[in-house]
Amino acid sequence: MSRIKEKFSELKSKKEKALVSYIMVGYPSESATLSAIRGLVKGGADIIELGFPFSDPIADGPVIQKASTGSLNNGIKIEKFFKLVKKIRSETNIPLILMTYTNILYKQGYQKFIKTAKNAGIDGLILPDMAIEESKGYLLAAKKQKMDTIFLVSPNTQKNRLLKIAKATSGFLYMVAVFGTTGIQTKIHQYTIDALKSTKRTVKNVPVGVGFGISNEKDVKKYVSVGADAVIVGSANIKIMENTPKSKLEGTVFRFTKKLKHQTK
Amino acid sequence: MKIGIPKDGRFGDFGGKYIPETLAPAIEDLENNYLKIRNDLTFKKELNKFLAEYAGRPTPLYLAKNLTKKIGGAKIYLKREDLLHGGAHKINNTLGQALLAKRMGKKRIIAETGAGQHGVATAMACACLDLKAEIYMGYVDTERQKQNVFRMELLGAKVHSVKSGSQTLKDAINEAMRDWITNVNSTYYLLGSAVGPHPYPLMVRDFQSVIGNEIKKQMKKIPDTVIACVGGGSNAIGTFYPLIDSKAEIIGIEAGGKGLNTLHHSAPLAAGTKGVLHGMMTYLMQDAQGQIQETHSISAGLDYPGVGPEHSYLKDKKRVKYKAITDDEVIDAFLILTRTEGIIPALESAHAIAYAMKIAKKMKKTQSIVVTLSGRGDKDIGIVQEYMKKNVKNKRKI
Repeated sequence: MSRIKEKFSELKSKKEKALVSYIMVGYPSESATLSAIRGLVKGGADIIELGFPFSDPIADGPVIQKASTGSLNNGIKIEKFFKLVKKIRSETNIPLILMTYTNILYKQGYQKFIKTAKNAGIDGLILPDMAIEESKGYLLAAKKQKMDTIFLVSPNTQKNRLLKIAKATSGFLYMVAVFGTTGIQTKIHQYTIDALKSTKRTVKNVPVGVGFGISNEKDVKKYVSVGADAVIVGSANIKIMENTPKSKLEGTVFRFTKKLKHQTK
Repeated sequence: MKIGIPKDGRFGDFGGKYIPETLAPAIEDLENNYLKIRNDLTFKKELNKFLAEYAGRPTPLYLAKNLTKKIGGAKIYLKREDLLHGGAHKINNTLGQALLAKRMGKKRIIAETGAGQHGVATAMACACLDLKAEIYMGYVDTERQKQNVFRMELLGAKVHSVKSGSQTLKDAINEAMRDWITNVNSTYYLLGSAVGPHPYPLMVRDFQSVIGNEIKKQMKKIPDTVIACVGGGSNAIGTFYPLIDSKAEIIGIEAGGKGLNTLHHSAPLAAGTKGVLHGMMTYLMQDAQGQIQETHSISAGLDYPGVGPEHSYLKDKKRVKYKAITDDEVIDAFLILTRTEGIIPALESAHAIAYAMKIAKKMKKTQSIVVTLSGRGDKDIGIVQEYMKKNVKNKRKI
């Protein structure tokens, strides 16, 4: 059983939902990444999503775009990234997901990249621009390495398509909460709640997580109450990392994460 | 060689639709609607009427006698897309897509633009068809093509200056896609080049094929060589596609910038590698890590790290040759055409002219070359002036 699957079954027995916390590796710095991860783990995050930067992140809003550029400017490359992943893996057994864009994998070759990722301790992959129609080679390579493939769906995804995507998904299905990019949201829309409920009714093979624009306890509580199996928080973590001095980072991230995690119990 | 409608949106390995899931229903809807109107005679009639009466088609095919004489070799013909309304071939596509958007009931149109030509052509089509236009343009491009920014604004379009990434065409596309993801239900994304996810490359090729179809009619016999410049590749694919089955030698010219041996060029076909960007698999300018590289060209319209997937396919199939021309050669060609024929070409089109001049002298006088003059150069005179101030060598030619 994969670490992600194990985590969900463990949470199920505890009657909890999963808190998935995203950060961009290497931003604002490598040491900040490691401090933040310690804070996330201690604060009770269930799964950590590690962003690998891409020059053209079309699914991301301003906060993650800036983090992506910053990470690239800080010299984050594939080799360095996996070295950091290995270090993180040596400190914790928490499930780790890598989020980046298709071209990063394609350029190295799906097989080669996924094998390296698996060896470093990555458990699942999220590629926001990998459409199901184009995913054959990617899925084959992931299957071979027993790597979970987390696909995204949107509130406007039709039922037939949803089933097709869910079938290719392992770990959990990632429902995008809004029509939009990461990080931007003012309130929780009724259409998101309706879509989440209908996705849950349709998809039975994997848990369903919600992400994009979730930034506080209230949001987490709301999504959990309407049936989300996991809640993904990203841009909010990055904002904290940008605004907190390094000496206080681990503690601040710990407290923020603990508050969010409390809402999933 | 038969290409037609690409199966699963792919030209061999190239193309496809690598898109965020939020766009999937919109892309599917677009594909269905486009395939419906593709063979709809009423739509064709309506578009042809606009092309003739509003845009000014057909455009002339002009035998550049003075240039031919100066070079001393094959006859050089110019397909005068520069004479179209707006000053470039872009209007062929914007009218087609704006009419489609209207049929689909979309009221808000977004577009990206590099040099500003597609933005202007979008603003014109939208003003004419009573649609709301918002144009994304890289900050660097808004600075070097200020006049076009004002033209778009005069035409009633809102221009968003994009300050992310390299602040050029690539980033304008990123931002337009983000807008589309956010406003997917109300908005039509009017892509200007033969790039992006399927069905855009097909659609843009179809709407631009009027160029090649006219060339075929206007030339008494098939030309020996056909040349067009390639950024995203819309005027080139429109020129080439109708001639793909002919015996003509076909050559696409990319922006060689400061030279292919430097990092300062925009020639993914001549010097790039396969990858995925903006929803398509194609040749890209990227580093070994898969990060997209910043490109350089004297012409904003060619300053793009990717290229239409059908061009990548035609390159691999060896049906079309792709070559690069440097900034210096472009300025030379710009000055020579201006002086010999009294035609000021867009810097993009001057790439194609420069290559025609190179090969014409090696060809026989009985042979012919058709060059697509994709746009006029009024927008570029400031850049040329700047360049000449810095480069005394060229100044002497005036």
